[in-house]
Amino acid sequence: MLITCPYCGPRDVIEFTYQGDGNRTRPQPASQDLDAWNAYVYDRLNPAGDHNEIWQHSGGCRAHLRIVRNTLTHEILSTAFARGGHKSAGHKAGGNQ
Amino acid sequence: MSPRRTETGGRIDRLRTIRFTFDGAPYTGHAGDTLASALLAKGVTLFGRSFKYHRPRGLLAAGVEEPNALVTVLRGDVREPNIPATMVEIYDGLVAVSQNRFPSLAWDVSAVNQLGGKILLAGFYYKTFMGPVIGPLKGTRFWMFCEHFIRRAAGLGRAGTAPDPSRYERMNAFCDVLVVGSGPAGLTAAKAAADQGARVILVELEPRFGGTANWSGETIDGAPASDWAGRIVGQLEGYDNVRLLPRTTVWGYYDGNTLAALERVTDHKEVPAKGEPRQRYWAIRAKTVVLATGSFERPLVFPGNDRPGVMLAHAAERYANEYGVLPGERIALFTNNDSAYRSAVALKKAGAAIVAVIDVRSDVSNEMSRLASEAEAELLAGHAVVATEGGKALAGLKVQRFDMISGALSGDERSIHADCLLMSGGWSPTIHLASQAGAKAEWDPGRQAFLPPRPTQRWPTQQWIGAGAFTGSFSTAEAIAEGRAAGLQAAGGTASLAALPVVGAAPGDPDPAPVFEIKAKGKSFVDFQHDVTAEDVRLAHREGFVSVEHLKRYTTLGMATDQGKSSNVPGLAIMAEALGKPIPEVGTTRFRPPYTPVSIGSLAAERFGDLKPERLTPMHDWHIANGATMYSAGLWYRPMIYGLAGETVEQAYVREAKASRESAGIVDVSTLGKIAVQGPDAAELLDRVYTNVFSTLAIGKARYGLMLREDGLAFDDGTTWRLGEQDFLMTTTTANAGKVMQHLEYFLDVIWPELKVTVTSVTDERAGAAIGGPNARAILASCVTGTAVDNATLPFMGIVHGQIAGVPVMICRLSFSGEMAFEVYSGAGHGTRVWEALIEAGRPFGLVTYGLEALGTMRIEKGHVTGAEIDGRTTARDLYLDWMLSKKKPFIGSAMMDREGLIAPDRLQLVGLISLDNRPFNGGAHIVEELDEANPHDSIGHITACCYSPALGKYIALALVKGGKARHGTRAFVSDPLRNRYGPIEIVSNHFYDPDGSRMHG
Repeated sequence: MLITCPYCGPRDVIEFTYQGDGNRTRPQPASQDLDAWNAYVYDRLNPAGDHNEIWQHSGGCRAHLRIVRNTLTHEILSTAFARGGHKSAGHKAGGNQ
Repeated sequence: MSPRRTETGGRIDRLRTIRFTFDGAPYTGHAGDTLASALLAKGVTLFGRSFKYHRPRGLLAAGVEEPNALVTVLRGDVREPNIPATMVEIYDGLVAVSQNRFPSLAWDVSAVNQLGGKILLAGFYYKTFMGPVIGPLKGTRFWMFCEHFIRRAAGLGRAGTAPDPSRYERMNAFCDVLVVGSGPAGLTAAKAAADQGARVILVELEPRFGGTANWSGETIDGAPASDWAGRIVGQLEGYDNVRLLPRTTVWGYYDGNTLAALERVTDHKEVPAKGEPRQRYWAIRAKTVVLATGSFERPLVFPGNDRPGVMLAHAAERYANEYGVLPGERIALFTNNDSAYRSAVALKKAGAAIVAVIDVRSDVSNEMSRLASEAEAELLAGHAVVATEGGKALAGLKVQRFDMISGALSGDERSIHADCLLMSGGWSPTIHLASQAGAKAEWDPGRQAFLPPRPTQRWPTQQWIGAGAFTGSFSTAEAIAEGRAAGLQAAGGTASLAALPVVGAAPGDPDPAPVFEIKAKGKSFVDFQHDVTAEDVRLAHREGFVSVEHLKRYTTLGMATDQGKSSNVPGLAIMAEALGKPIPEVGTTRFRPPYTPVSIGSLAAERFGDLKPERLTPMHDWHIANGATMYSAGLWYRPMIYGLAGETVEQAYVREAKASRESAGIVDVSTLGKIAVQGPDAAELLDRVYTNVFSTLAIGKARYGLMLREDGLAFDDGTTWRLGEQDFLMTTTTANAGKVMQHLEYFLDVIWPELKVTVTSVTDERAGAAIGGPNARAILASCVTGTAVDNATLPFMGIVHGQIAGVPVMICRLSFSGEMAFEVYSGAGHGTRVWEALIEAGRPFGLVTYGLEALGTMRIEKGHVTGAEIDGRTTARDLYLDWMLSKKKPFIGSAMMDREGLIAPDRLQLVGLISLDNRPFNGGAHIVEELDEANPHDSIGHITACCYSPALGKYIALALVKGGKARHGTRAFVSDPLRNRYGPIEIVSNHFYDPDGSRMHG
């Protein structure tokens, strides 16, 4: 599987670390809503199809990426910095700051 | 009468004789022969014994799909089992042996299994050994008793035990167009793409490029097809943008057009050339793949279809035309399609007598009748073979009238004398790679075969184009046309209007009759390699297996080393008939990698032995030179002890720990994880990730911190130093350095991108030495310049900067050992210089170096926690670190840490243990209230770390025990049945030594 890092370009999947379901929303830090915390910590969507995921380019620029990946075909539909400031593949500017 | 070498013909080098042995007997063959063709030329018909029934088996095929003739090749002590004899190129000195026979191939005792054929049906093992308990024959236990004997009797080759001395290589390759298969389609595609300037890799699993052109006997542009192929290969060899890989099997098609291939570099050589690996594993990334993998001829399923001498029609044609070997003198053919007629003519030309062509179809075209007459063969249309005769070679066969629509046999059996029976049950495109790439096969009722669909994925990087027989276009003219189109398309060229080569080929309709099986009395084999008969498939159906995936697993159809290359479609057809459904509704199983067996050595390639990188501290060489016994801690190597002559490990660490507490000791702490946390929001980040507050920390001071995971469990601990307003140095445990870094990066990138902080791993940039003990300060004072180290200048948790031996150092006064101690950091390159200066300064004070064992001993005495206690199951409260949980601010884990289950009173909590029988403990031993050696029960906890404590003069341990503090002062027992250690203990506080910390505060 190839993942196109917006910063480094297309790289083999072995350079990346899966960092979990990208659909989770972390409650406000001071929130005492245990159900919301529980959903954030334990609930995962696991769809058969397009899935929002967080990956880290741990063997490269170490940026975290938001990736839409089809779990059936392994097709990667989009890649963007988790911080925002998405640059399209090959457009080597900006970085992840 | 037997198979023999023809006088002329074939693409072997008759002037070169090669000597080899098979089952100990010497044989000769010619350069260009496979083991199969060379043995066949010498009249060998018996190649192996079958998997279950030990039936004699001969060659079925001539290529990679051969299911019967599996051999073991020996090179010295190394044995490689289960290689088809058709894939072994002979070389001088080749030693091959047959398999699954005892004591010899010709006389095999287990052949009596044939008589028990009624018993060894599908699911025999499940039924017999998982069944009900009958007397002593207890299901699973009985199986375990019998397994040894069954494994000996049933099976394939035996794996070797000698280490493989061969060298393997891994190569990464990139290309615009990868062409898999070098028949007329593949060759044309490679040429067309290369002419467009594309970077092309052409892969062929056989030693010779050309595929069917090597033996079809057809002409292309008036010349023999093999000459045409040779000419194209010659042209491609001259191209700079083409790489030709013969003897290379593409065995896996993975995401993103990554393909795996195995090149057999020297398996065909007596002695490898200098530097050549045995095999080379290619990881190929292709922009576009052209699949020109051809097709496999299918056997027909009829009684006795596995007897030696029964062979696929094209295989016989190939033996005759490519190797100059006639598989028999009197040959009969049995077919459901036109392609066998061409084979009949070819074999006639090569010198055999064609006694009959038996065709299940009652109306055979005039063209085919003419070919039958050309072969001087009797044409038996509307007939079928119902039996074969003979033992280790074919003696004859029986035919009967056959009605294709009803499948009924009628009339008298007629015997035909023949020493070779060729069968053709139609052709199946080799769709394995397309199937691996995710394409769902589509049944074509005309071809009676699964065809690959055009790839329809929206993913532009998963591109393949099919050409030739792979797509169901079985004629050479179509293959060339499709190959050229595929090559042009793959290289981004436009369709060519230039004339295509003219092919001279025998006529024939590519569509076979839909006949797969002749139902008559006797064993009819579907899967030759796993001995699965048509009756086994029907039995599976009767027993309720309807899914093709279940059928496969229950009967093991298609699960042998050939992965059902020849048996897949006939098996499905028989299942479909049993179910009363059309074949497409039954479906087919999906093919998985590898296409052919792959040596483990090639997958490992250069990566064998210890694969982990070794991390060495800057002072590593000093430790080795000064008698340290090294210990691997994760990737790091750290001194365990600095043992003196004759000392045991325990004696060494007790001496080191004792001397440290009496005077001073020094330990290498360079391995601690170090992360620079910098930026305007650095303090804010630390407040969020640590349970305690860091924003209030003064510059030049350090603080001990604890991190939790999101779920509220303890994660890691360490000290963090404030070096400036926006500049912190975080230390982590050695083991968790990477995880903590990733944790911080995740929160900064994903959760709190608004925080202006950068985190940088600086573990390797600094060497660290911790020096502790009553004399530690005096030692430092004698060697540090540029700063005082007295209590006022350097209080507990204070930081100063100075020099040692001219090297800038940063010193923080903190303690793991419980003594007054200092951590001294310098640039990594100066680590040894600073270390040696400290050792020198300590000499008058009797400073000792100590290793991990003494470090662990002193921390156990102090009751400090490490990864053994922060084990992913404990909370801060379990470890009595609740004083670190700030109530003033939220932090990671704060919302989840007080969930019901995490504050339950019966949780395992940290305590100390003292051995009351004065014997050592073992890590992991259980603690029980009631000692019962015969039947240990009711563990109340376990030991996490243990040692002999020189400070207490006792064997002590840290443990996680239910109830924790509430048990202080009570007695229990250690129960360690694995190591047979039982005995009384006292449960005490984890703070064994100097609980008020007066020693480290000074």
